Amino acid sequence: MTTSEAALIAGMTAVTFGVRYFLFALADRIRMAAWIEAALKFIPPAVLTAITLPAVLLPHGDWHLSFSNPYLIAALATAAAGVRTRNLLATIAIGLAAFFVYRLFL
Amino acid sequence: MALRTQEFIGGVRDTLPLMLGAFPFGLIYGAVAATSGLSPTAAMAMSAFVFAGASQFIALGLVAAQTPVAIIVLTTLIVNLRHLLYSATLMPFLKDLSHKWRIALAFWLTDETFAVTVHRFQRADASAEKHWYQFGSSIAMYLNWQFWCFSGLMLGKRIPAASGWGLDVAMPIAFIGMIIPFVKTIPMAVCVLTAGAAALLTLALPYKLGIMVSACAGIAAGLTVERTRKKTKGASGR
Repeated sequence: MTTSEAALIAGMTAVTFGVRYFLFALADRIRMAAWIEAALKFIPPAVLTAITLPAVLLPHGDWHLSFSNPYLIAALATAAAGVRTRNLLATIAIGLAAFFVYRLFL
Repeated sequence: MALRTQEFIGGVRDTLPLMLGAFPFGLIYGAVAATSGLSPTAAMAMSAFVFAGASQFIALGLVAAQTPVAIIVLTTLIVNLRHLLYSATLMPFLKDLSHKWRIALAFWLTDETFAVTVHRFQRADASAEKHWYQFGSSIAMYLNWQFWCFSGLMLGKRIPAASGWGLDVAMPIAFIGMIIPFVKTIPMAVCVLTAGAAALLTLALPYKLGIMVSACAGIAAGLTVERTRKKTKGASGR
């Protein structure tokens, strides 16, 4: 490993860990404003949706808005299974099955 | 079985689908690293110490383009800003833990472990060892990532076209399953719809900034609707 590679990894490690640890480090010292506390509950669904929707509609970086997109079919099947079963593992299993079965017959 | 062990195993078990989703990315990271100009030791050190898939991929591309180290580090910071949202959400649950614990859980914080763990923390039972669940999820993601990165590096170009297998579908599927239980109220539905629409409108933003911007738009929309509804309720009650 060269010096410049070591510097690269040290720098990337420092900023990545820094971002991840910053709020944890202050966790017992910060008192959050009421509106921030109210906002926290929206974070998980908001972030997960922002990651997921493009992954489903542009699975390989390009728009694929059609029923020949197995990612879209699997997403719809997963959503339906999630609403119906209310069981995460079963939902994931159904989603994966939908994806591979649909692709097999495509 | 001790409660800690139970929580740890629960964390590992619930992370399994996401380990499946990370597998092709790890393999491809290793294979791409082998041709990027980064030495194999450096490529593995990056997985071991940085442990952040998206920034590792972007770094490989920048290394191959002979970008200065400072720029790559700055880019990494920007790509990882979304972790602020994760740590803000988890912060209230970890505030009584020692700094040793908080450092460990921060080092291993990823999109996947956040998604799995937030559900565990929000369940109402009184387990005092829920951080062991996050620890289990963290270790599972970490070992899985190291193993597949190393395999990709070893196999190099000889790997079959793992990207074509479609296993990358596991992450969106698992995430959809995790979003649904949140969507129980109108403000939550508005939040999710707004975040989704914004994600499609901000596709052009580089460095994963679209995720951060869209999440903030969703959060703002959810909060606004929640407040408006409270006000109307208050007014009609009078």
